[in-house]
Amino acid sequence: MREILNKAASRRAVLGAGLAGASMLAMPSILRAQDRSLKVGVYGGYFKDSFDKNIFPEFTKATGIAVESVAEPTGEAWLVQLEQAARAGQAPADVSMMSQVALLKGMSTDLWAPLDMSKIPNVSGLIDTFVNKYPDGRFAGIGAVSWYITLVTNTDVYPEAPTSWSALWDAANADKLGLLALVSNSFLLEVTARTYFGGTDILDTEEGILEVFDKLAEVKPNVRLWYRDEAQFEQALKSGEIPMGQYYHDVTGLAAADGHPVRSTFPEEGGIRDSGSWALSRASEKVEEAHTFINYMCQPEIQAVLSRKVGTSPTVKRDLLDLTAEEFNAVSSDIEPIIPRYEMYQERSDFLNQKWTEMIAG
Amino acid sequence: MRREPPQRFPDYGPLMFPAAMLVVFFVIPFATMIAVSFFERQQGGFYEPAFVFDNYGRFLSLFFGKVLAFSLFLAMAVAAACVTIGVPFTYLLSRSSRGTQIRWLVVLLSILSLSEVMIGFAWSTLLSRTAGITNLFAMLGLMDAQALTPSFGAVMTAMTYQALPYTVLVLYPALVRLDPTLTEAARTLGASPVRAFFTVIVPALRNTILATLIMVFIFALGSYLLPQLLGRPQHWTLSVLITDQAIYQSNMPFAAAMAVFLVLVSLSLVGLAVYAGRQKEAA
Repeated sequence: MREILNKAASRRAVLGAGLAGASMLAMPSILRAQDRSLKVGVYGGYFKDSFDKNIFPEFTKATGIAVESVAEPTGEAWLVQLEQAARAGQAPADVSMMSQVALLKGMSTDLWAPLDMSKIPNVSGLIDTFVNKYPDGRFAGIGAVSWYITLVTNTDVYPEAPTSWSALWDAANADKLGLLALVSNSFLLEVTARTYFGGTDILDTEEGILEVFDKLAEVKPNVRLWYRDEAQFEQALKSGEIPMGQYYHDVTGLAAADGHPVRSTFPEEGGIRDSGSWALSRASEKVEEAHTFINYMCQPEIQAVLSRKVGTSPTVKRDLLDLTAEEFNAVSSDIEPIIPRYEMYQERSDFLNQKWTEMIAG
Repeated sequence: MRREPPQRFPDYGPLMFPAAMLVVFFVIPFATMIAVSFFERQQGGFYEPAFVFDNYGRFLSLFFGKVLAFSLFLAMAVAAACVTIGVPFTYLLSRSSRGTQIRWLVVLLSILSLSEVMIGFAWSTLLSRTAGITNLFAMLGLMDAQALTPSFGAVMTAMTYQALPYTVLVLYPALVRLDPTLTEAARTLGASPVRAFFTVIVPALRNTILATLIMVFIFALGSYLLPQLLGRPQHWTLSVLITDQAIYQSNMPFAAAMAVFLVLVSLSLVGLAVYAGRQKEAA
């Protein structure tokens, strides 16, 4: 060992190493010139890791298109970046998984390139509500996965799982909750409406929304953290620092599978079901590859893999899937889900945002 | 060698580079921001070029007034805390041996290499119930382990921690250059070390201290991550709300209007402080 260490690096070795280093640096551009590639945006963290491991390599094997995955931040932050970039003719990702509120907002500025359904034959297997159309009938997005936001708890602190969203209002849980900090991704208005006002119809009018806000404001003394950053809450939930809150069913399941003392519960009023759609930036030049990718992702087999590995709920019809009842129940629930009132966030976004900010920070 | 004032146009040449940098990296972005602040917001979309005052109108409310007041208060409190700790510390540092000085300065400089995210997460762990410092006191039987975050104290602690190295670095040259005979004279005339510090050192450094206060104030005013990580919503600064509007609500015009307002308010406060300093000097 000592001899190897003492051996002076010869001039030739240094030159060789330099040459090898330079060619390594040059490699990606050679690869790019030869092969077809696609930049795909998916949510960072467990989600992206899981896609990188279980989905993208198989896709590349099947189609020869290399995937460069891009970690995107939650919801609208990514939308703003995509929009600003598209105005400058750039696409930080060609295809992105967008939540419904973000997808609708992007539609209002024609951010999404219309998709050609003749190149996505597998779309026939999708549940109709997971196909997004522009008002004039062009196709803006295709359902990628759906997911649930549920009531999560730390199992060390809460040996018994809570059964209802009303646990958020329970005075016994003072200063123990972590809730999402934005009106448009927490969907707590819908939760409040379903739990205390018999359904989300009350959110049709401004007066109704204010009434729901008043009820929701009662949870404030229980909230320890209003989080924008998922990692912050996830960490606190695992350690028991903040033992209860709302979080994503899929990620909580992955964390529990890793041995962390956390659980996700579908409350009796239902979990919040949101979904992500694949959408193509209008600035992208990889239109052909994008269609191939979306078509690939719509296959029932791939949707089943996503359910098993990532924990998301499928967007294709149940009877096309080979998931067992047990596997299906792990990513979904028989309880009727709370469906967010997407159009409300579109039509009243500034009003909601103002009232929301005043409620939590006031 | 006498330095001639510039006579011909080429004499101004060396100024061109900094001037160009200033224009490209400050004037143009700032002008863009001012322009955007007058654009029209498209609800549920982005914005259209226009000339409207709506964005400023929305800002003029009791709610945003309170947030602005809190942001200014927090920045001032951090500046005051930094100077209160920084001046005596730097004074003692400047009197200590060269080796000690170098060790301290290296430690302080290394704090600057930490990002705001790391500082925030580190403090949130240190102040947590499950893994925080209160567990040490609990082990000694002094108290039960409890969470010290989120709270105003946690925000203040982390922001002071973050700004203190800058404070010391600004104060250090002035204190090192301070004539030691000044304090010696005060001591000879019978002043205690503490009295000499307050009646001789502090007044002699008045301008440096004022400059430090202003620098930390401006630095703290822009903080948006630490109040979010360590504070409750009522401790969120205006910068947090600006981020919300710009990044999450895609309401660039309103975010720009708030930012312009924040810049104007802080500039006028700085102007006021400098003016007050001059008046006192003249008196």
